[in-house]
Amino acid sequence: MGLEQFKNRNVGQQNYVMLDLEHTPETGMGKFRQVVRRTFKAELFVGLWVTMREMINALFKGQMHTVKYPFEKLPISPRYRAIHEMLRLLESGHYRCIGCGLCEKICISNCITMDTRYDENQRKEVSEYTINFGRCIFCGYCAEVCPELAIVHGPRYETASEQRASFSLFEDMLTPIDKLNLQQEYDGFGAVTPNADENIKKTPLAY
Amino acid sequence: MSEVKTVENMVTITIDGKTYHAKEGEYILNAARANDVFIPAICYLTRCSPTLACRLCLVEADGKQVYACNAKVKEGMEITVDTPNILAERRAIMEVYDVNHPLQCGVCDKSGECELQNYTLELAVDSQTYAIPDTKREVKDWSSVLHYDAGLCIVCERCTTVCKDMIGDAAISTTKRGGEPLDKAYKETMPKDAYAMWNKLQKSIIAPSNGTDFTDCSDCGECTAVCPVGALTGRDFVYTSNAWELERVPATCAHCSSGCQIYYEKKHTSVSDRSEKIYRVTNEWNYVSLCGAGRYGYDFENRVEGKDEAAFNAAVEALKKAETIRFNSVITNEEALMLQTLKEKLGVKLVNLDARAFQKFLASYSKAAGQSLYSYDFKEVMATDFVISIGAALRNDNPNARYAFNNVQKMNKGAGLYFHPVGDNLVPTFGKNIEVFTHKVGLEEAALYLVLDLFADKEKLPEDVKSYLESFKTTTTKTAKEKVMKDVTETVIDEETGEEKEVTKKVPEMVEKEVTVEKNGLVELLGKESDAFDVAFEKMMKKKESFSMIVGEDLYFHERAENIAKLIALIEQTTPIRVAMIPPKTNSLGVALICDLDDEATGYTVGYNENGDFKLSALGDGDLDMPAMNQQEGTLTNMHKRVTPTNAALEYKGYELNDLMKALVGAPELTVDWTKSLPVEKGFESVAFDDLPNGYLNDGTENRGYALNSIACDADTVAVEPIDEQCVLEGEIVYRCNPQRQFNDFSDKAHEIFESFGLYASPAKAEHLGARVEIDFGNRSIVVDVIEDDRMEGDITALADFKSAEDVYGLFGNARYRKVTMRKV
Repeated sequence: MGLEQFKNRNVGQQNYVMLDLEHTPETGMGKFRQVVRRTFKAELFVGLWVTMREMINALFKGQMHTVKYPFEKLPISPRYRAIHEMLRLLESGHYRCIGCGLCEKICISNCITMDTRYDENQRKEVSEYTINFGRCIFCGYCAEVCPELAIVHGPRYETASEQRASFSLFEDMLTPIDKLNLQQEYDGFGAVTPNADENIKKTPLAY
Repeated sequence: MSEVKTVENMVTITIDGKTYHAKEGEYILNAARANDVFIPAICYLTRCSPTLACRLCLVEADGKQVYACNAKVKEGMEITVDTPNILAERRAIMEVYDVNHPLQCGVCDKSGECELQNYTLELAVDSQTYAIPDTKREVKDWSSVLHYDAGLCIVCERCTTVCKDMIGDAAISTTKRGGEPLDKAYKETMPKDAYAMWNKLQKSIIAPSNGTDFTDCSDCGECTAVCPVGALTGRDFVYTSNAWELERVPATCAHCSSGCQIYYEKKHTSVSDRSEKIYRVTNEWNYVSLCGAGRYGYDFENRVEGKDEAAFNAAVEALKKAETIRFNSVITNEEALMLQTLKEKLGVKLVNLDARAFQKFLASYSKAAGQSLYSYDFKEVMATDFVISIGAALRNDNPNARYAFNNVQKMNKGAGLYFHPVGDNLVPTFGKNIEVFTHKVGLEEAALYLVLDLFADKEKLPEDVKSYLESFKTTTTKTAKEKVMKDVTETVIDEETGEEKEVTKKVPEMVEKEVTVEKNGLVELLGKESDAFDVAFEKMMKKKESFSMIVGEDLYFHERAENIAKLIALIEQTTPIRVAMIPPKTNSLGVALICDLDDEATGYTVGYNENGDFKLSALGDGDLDMPAMNQQEGTLTNMHKRVTPTNAALEYKGYELNDLMKALVGAPELTVDWTKSLPVEKGFESVAFDDLPNGYLNDGTENRGYALNSIACDADTVAVEPIDEQCVLEGEIVYRCNPQRQFNDFSDKAHEIFESFGLYASPAKAEHLGARVEIDFGNRSIVVDVIEDDRMEGDITALADFKSAEDVYGLFGNARYRKVTMRKV
């Protein structure tokens, strides 16, 4: 690379395309003629043809671009933070939540509450879990702090409802057991980073 | 360090180049802690013996590696906390602790308050080098309150240490784990101490020491308090709440006169019920040990919907026409002062049976001793090396008195004398040098005379007492057999050489000898063999320097209480023994100091948590509701002669005593506004409630409230009377005594206290009595269940008095022992 490129400080000028613009008419007659010419040129139909072509494509060739919301929705980024979902373990179908209470602790609007108890299998059972969506600000801390990737943000962004309670119970947020095979792993806040394996030190095992 | 401490017994030490002062003979670890220097340690408990289980407290003292928990400070000692070698040891130790430790921190009840977690982070353990196959360890419920998750246990032995050295039950101990032996290669590659610690850890686990799956103990739960990990928890608390969600309310336990510092830990009841609830009680376990009532008897609150105006007006009317207010000592100093004000303004009589007996006793004592309060508190008792207990059912009356008695045996190589008519098989297990006198009921005076005889400086004793004591001594000659070693010379033929040799051997021979034996009639009177006791006592007295005596409720309710109080004053004057008294109920000492009490209730009676024509009650069963102790602020006077503050843990929506005072005679706005009006002439201080601290300092100094001032008064010359053997009771005797963990209606209301009301008896006696008996006290009789208490011995049975509705005090009158007739029902 030669030095001349650096010496040319008139950067950018060489990329300009000069438009071939006609001169602005100065006389009254000139102006009149320009109006007449522009009005009766077929340029109008050039534009109408584009519309026509798209209409034909949409109606007859099945290339419709309009999303028929609310019947259709666009896919949403995994990082979008909408109404929470509670995931299940893929193998057993049991809910992932272990009742550690970290989401409850970290919640800055104090909208998560849970009750836990010692169950018959000597495990911690989440007996009650609610999120008050009237207060939730969808900051995503709960999903980020969750050590089990149990509470995540789902794509359900319509937060309008007739009753707040419609969203807030554990069972409503939990993946329906019959749709377990459709459960998506979460890629948003708190998800395992792609290079997680590199950062892990292995613990020796004596088995 | 505070300036109060005397300079003579202080030494100067250097820790990491900085100079500190420490008490002579103190462990390095304690000295460092008192000076706010951090030395890592898991297994050490301040008031217990060093276990040397964790070995983390390794430090370098004068160039040598020592364990800080086990090495005492010396003048000029130079201590280095971290050397590269020690840091390597510590890191290896923490790695070992983390081997196979379940990664369930997310659900663990320790929820971040975990010492294993803290030290793992502190020593920056970010990778694991060691491995061993795990052993299956089962989760077990040891008792109605104890929950043990062996999987989480790191066998630091704090639980077993506290149970043995402080509580005295020794109900849990280490047992075989059955784990794999360590890989031999580790011995070379690992730091030395870490290997030794791991070797021990891999072999042991904690289990009830009686060999069964269940502990035989007083269910105090102190083991759960000291557990550094989540292995030991209260059964009711398991997996119900994270520690960080609970709000800690510093308070004073209101069940017995120990007045221990506790924290009520509370949060909302559930997702749907937002009213607050106490989840557990915790304590500063390095400085104070709780009993089962304190730890598990917390949910006795009186939930009231709102202010019941009609009931309030009725109460005002009732108090206006009342001739007597009957109450018990489960009230605060402020409330006692209010009642006293009512007495002064309205002329009502104040009747409180437990405090009245104690008040009289204390008055007789202070008249003879020249001071308004007894000499020692129970912390001072704990520091002595010879402790005597008279007239207290040590196991039942007051847990802290028992802990002190036990701790003296375990920590100070101490000795103890235990005088009590009711046989107890736990007290002798506290130490090797304990002599238990199970004497006849009513012979407490003889016990005190024996103490005088054993310890008094005979010069100081009044002549009549001296000759009275002499009158018990008899000398007899006895033929005793004695072993004497005799030299015997024998001629032996050597088998190899055939030479004859003379060999001198020592052969034992029994020789009969005439000995003069001095018999002490007092010892015999108290039911022990005089000779045997003399031998034992001589052994007990070896290397003893400080002496203390615990006296209990039996003496206050004794027919000869006045003479007994004088004898105690005499003991203090003529012996090195100092006395600590156990006030019978929670705030008996405070009530005794604040109120002018009357003996008999007459006319229209208003009962405060007691029976009466109109009943104010914090139990929810009265005519007007009152707040319970966990719902009100105020101060309590405990047996350590301290006025300690307690705070309201739970909301109370109803009326309190101060509201009645406002309507009757006028009162300040808040109950705690009375605190600064507590009578200064009785030893209280004029301090506002909000200025009272409630905590402990790092060196164990009790920074709670203030200590009562003992007021000196003119002492009468102590004229004691001889033993009155008329008081001796024989036959079927019932003792007024609560089971462990039960003190009053409030402990009974708590859902985790299961001991029921009834007649407690030794197994043999219980079998004899059957399931249910009618006890006839002469004036009245009561039908109760018989409950077996396998710690009791002998024929005397114990009737619980914690239910005020049963009016057990009324049955017993002014005595703690009563002769009765019993009939099977």
